[in-house]
Amino acid sequence: MSTAPESATPTPPLDAGRIEAFGPHRAYEADVRTDTSVKPDRYVKTHCCFCGQQCGMQLKVKDNTVIGVEPWYEFPFNRGMMCPKGIKRYLQQAHPDRLLHAYERDGSSASGFRSLAYDAAVRRVAGAIEQIQREHGNDAFALLSGASLTTEKTYLMGKFAHMCLRTANIDYNGRLCMVSAAAANKKAFGIDRAANPWSDILGSEVVLIAGANVAECAPITTNYVWQARERGAKVIVVDPRITPLARTCDLFLPVKPGRDTALFNGILREMLVHGWCDQDFIERNTVGFDAVAAEARQWTLQRTAEVTGISPERIQQAAEWWGKAKTSFLMHARGLEHHSNGVKNVLSAINIVLASGRIGKPGCGYGTITGQANGQGGREHGQKCDQLPGGRDLGNAEHRAYIASVWGMSPDDLPRPGVDAYEILRKAHSGEIKGLLSICFNPVVSLPDNNFVREALGKLDFFASIDFFMSETARLAHVVLPGSLQEEDTGTVTQLEGRVIKINQAVQCPGEARQDWRIIQDIAKALGRERGLTFEGPEQMFEELRVASKGGIADYSGITYQRVEENFGVFWPCPSEVPEGVVAPGPQGTPRLFEPGSWNPVAKSAGPFYFPDGKARFNLTPYVGPAEDVDEQYPLILTTGRVVSQFLSGNQTRRIGPLVDHYPEPRLELHPRLAQRLGIEDGDWVRAESRRGNCTLRALVVQTIRPDTVFIPYHWGGRKSANQLTISAQDPISKIPEYKVCAVRVAKAEPPEYAARLEPQQ
Amino acid sequence: MTVPLDLEFFVDASRCIGCQACVQACSECDTHKGQSMIQLDFMDRARSTQTFPVVCMHCDSPTCAEVCPADAIKRTEDGIVQTARKPRCIACNNCVLACPFGVPKMNTRMNLMMKCDMCYDRTSVGLKPMCASVCPSQALAFGTRAELLALRPHAKPVNSFRFGAQTIRTKVNIMLPASAPLDVVDVTQAMYEPSIGQQPFDDAFMEDVFHRIRPRSKP
Repeated sequence: MSTAPESATPTPPLDAGRIEAFGPHRAYEADVRTDTSVKPDRYVKTHCCFCGQQCGMQLKVKDNTVIGVEPWYEFPFNRGMMCPKGIKRYLQQAHPDRLLHAYERDGSSASGFRSLAYDAAVRRVAGAIEQIQREHGNDAFALLSGASLTTEKTYLMGKFAHMCLRTANIDYNGRLCMVSAAAANKKAFGIDRAANPWSDILGSEVVLIAGANVAECAPITTNYVWQARERGAKVIVVDPRITPLARTCDLFLPVKPGRDTALFNGILREMLVHGWCDQDFIERNTVGFDAVAAEARQWTLQRTAEVTGISPERIQQAAEWWGKAKTSFLMHARGLEHHSNGVKNVLSAINIVLASGRIGKPGCGYGTITGQANGQGGREHGQKCDQLPGGRDLGNAEHRAYIASVWGMSPDDLPRPGVDAYEILRKAHSGEIKGLLSICFNPVVSLPDNNFVREALGKLDFFASIDFFMSETARLAHVVLPGSLQEEDTGTVTQLEGRVIKINQAVQCPGEARQDWRIIQDIAKALGRERGLTFEGPEQMFEELRVASKGGIADYSGITYQRVEENFGVFWPCPSEVPEGVVAPGPQGTPRLFEPGSWNPVAKSAGPFYFPDGKARFNLTPYVGPAEDVDEQYPLILTTGRVVSQFLSGNQTRRIGPLVDHYPEPRLELHPRLAQRLGIEDGDWVRAESRRGNCTLRALVVQTIRPDTVFIPYHWGGRKSANQLTISAQDPISKIPEYKVCAVRVAKAEPPEYAARLEPQQ
Repeated sequence: MTVPLDLEFFVDASRCIGCQACVQACSECDTHKGQSMIQLDFMDRARSTQTFPVVCMHCDSPTCAEVCPADAIKRTEDGIVQTARKPRCIACNNCVLACPFGVPKMNTRMNLMMKCDMCYDRTSVGLKPMCASVCPSQALAFGTRAELLALRPHAKPVNSFRFGAQTIRTKVNIMLPASAPLDVVDVTQAMYEPSIGQQPFDDAFMEDVFHRIRPRSKP
């Protein structure tokens, strides 16, 4: 059998001792959870802990255990619908791998750790922060946070960084997720939020879904799309794979990964040529159309087809349906955004929305499909490297002055904008950053080129992690603090429609574990810098956040816990006061943005978009190819994504038995034509190799993928991690990494060493 | 309590996305926690992402009950074919072998046949079955025929199935396109129809790729 030569690329350790002690192990329904004679003590209405849709659900609680789930039929977004992850999420609670103590590194122990009293662990973290900042400056200690935290916690993390530690270097895992859409939305609309509630999908004649595996990554959105089609909508899907939703779509555009800008430019040209643009809307409500039109005119059908790999007939058909529609909804997700030209990809899609004039009206919509639980709220209130609460900018003097006044400090003491998450790790690698505290982030699995990430973390003088399970990243920490699961705390999140909703606590933290916000405040106290970090609970944090966000674009000042509970959520913006003569948002806030005649704090009443003139911006989107194209050595495109039964880095879902059993291990998808060429059959072990790393997995030979592209889902760690191969090239504006395209070669291989030693989820 | 006769169950495989929410939700049912009674499989994964969920069809004249030597399987008046009664079931497997839809499963640990009872504990008190409650694509749906047809004007519910010489009417409907001339699904005939599959990768420019990949026989 011929195999590729062993490369010099690094391979992750098998970590046997740590896995034995901390998992991931699989939990199944058992004991109190299967005993049909046990009735729950209470049903807690809350939301899923996983994706950005935030389906409403009820957790069934007996004593301090979540024993099951019951649909919450009244919650309007999902009306009882749930995906498999939501249904089985309760098995993460009372899990054998749950961290019940703090731990510190211990080289003499097989697990690599010994337990440590909570207070001693907090003191150790505070001591390390103090020492590193004293010796190397405030910015030498960095924070990594996450968008699965409640908005209150993300607000606290930003305040902890900017007021308590006064470090410039805080960023979050939304950098891997939401930032391209966020940056593009700000450039085009002046505001970063899906423009419409999902109910607007139902009134659309054309639903265009680009780079979004809706069925697997946002399953509940499927019913909105199918229901639109029942009413006569045509569904167009742009994807290199025939995803489950693409299977029966009306028009499938099998785009070559990394070529989306070319596709949308080509569609815009067809709209121009055939007079399908809404000239009246463009003149009254937008700026910059002429330059964009001139650029688009170069994108003939033939050229667009050559670059995108989509036949001219399909592009023409898509443009005609989109161009002639009276109503429409365009959705995209990471497939468009995870690119070194991710912002440009999104802007090119927005250009065809603006050219159509179909936004700000019922049945006329646009939105990114947020990935993480709080992907929306988590990117608004100050845990991004350049941001302050309310969607304010750390680089803006007026914004600094306002937040400093809320926090009772001098604006001069606020740090300047810091660097993005990947750059934080590069600075750790180069020695500029010496210490790091990470929460809700598993970069050893989730960041591209993750052999580099592991190396960078290894160079830190001090690394602490707050987590509820010992993630692949926490395994590398000097100190691990036991944090809280979503069901162990209360707070708000903002789901993908911009609806602020409330997570309700169902159970208490076990053992020495603490709610995350308590841990952060305990560290601040141990540092002797607790001023401003003495909240007694999430609602008190939210009340301060209301003030801090007031007058900003992400204005939450009119939202209260009570209003959220009474209305099944409240859509921001929801200011507490509006100028005289302006209609204040209704009880539900502002479900639809950009309605004609609407008021906003930037345009006042000049127009519906969030710029001083009230007009939306067309942005030039010249096509630029991916950072690493295929060549003789690495002739295939690798693209990565998700499967329905797993979530992100798998730190939770790889511990839930029924979800692991659904799709146990990553497989490399390839087309039979390619497989035949390479002598690979379904189920064979194959080795995929890039310039950065390699990965040996079983092949899944399917006709549902472009023959020039292979796909690997990214939820696994160690030697099964797709991100050993991916490239750390980033978008120049959003700094999102290019997960969706890099060059690889693939060959048949011998079974890997891990096959006999690890369970599928490990 | 019984299940109101106007409430029906509908399966529309064209909507199915294979997410297995139904399979996972079935095992959350209070009467058989930890056990799922639904089977959901790819039709032919090599060619398509098409999946098909199979629940008990709740036949008017249930073959499983007819072949049961212990009279353990009852069809209640509301048309629900109940799971085997534990005191009677002798775990003989007759029902497993006889069901034309392949629904009943033998639980060898419990020595008991178990199958979908349309969540009788829920549907008999006015709740939807777990699977149809959670299904994100509503490939599985529960409600009145009028409600469903108002939501799905292009679909036609069919509940007659032909297996060779036997025709079976069921409480559960399969959704076909409204334009389909069928009132009976001929299952035997369908077994000989061509396999599913799509070939939308009609990219004339893709040949470039294959120039770069040397066939395996010439390494």
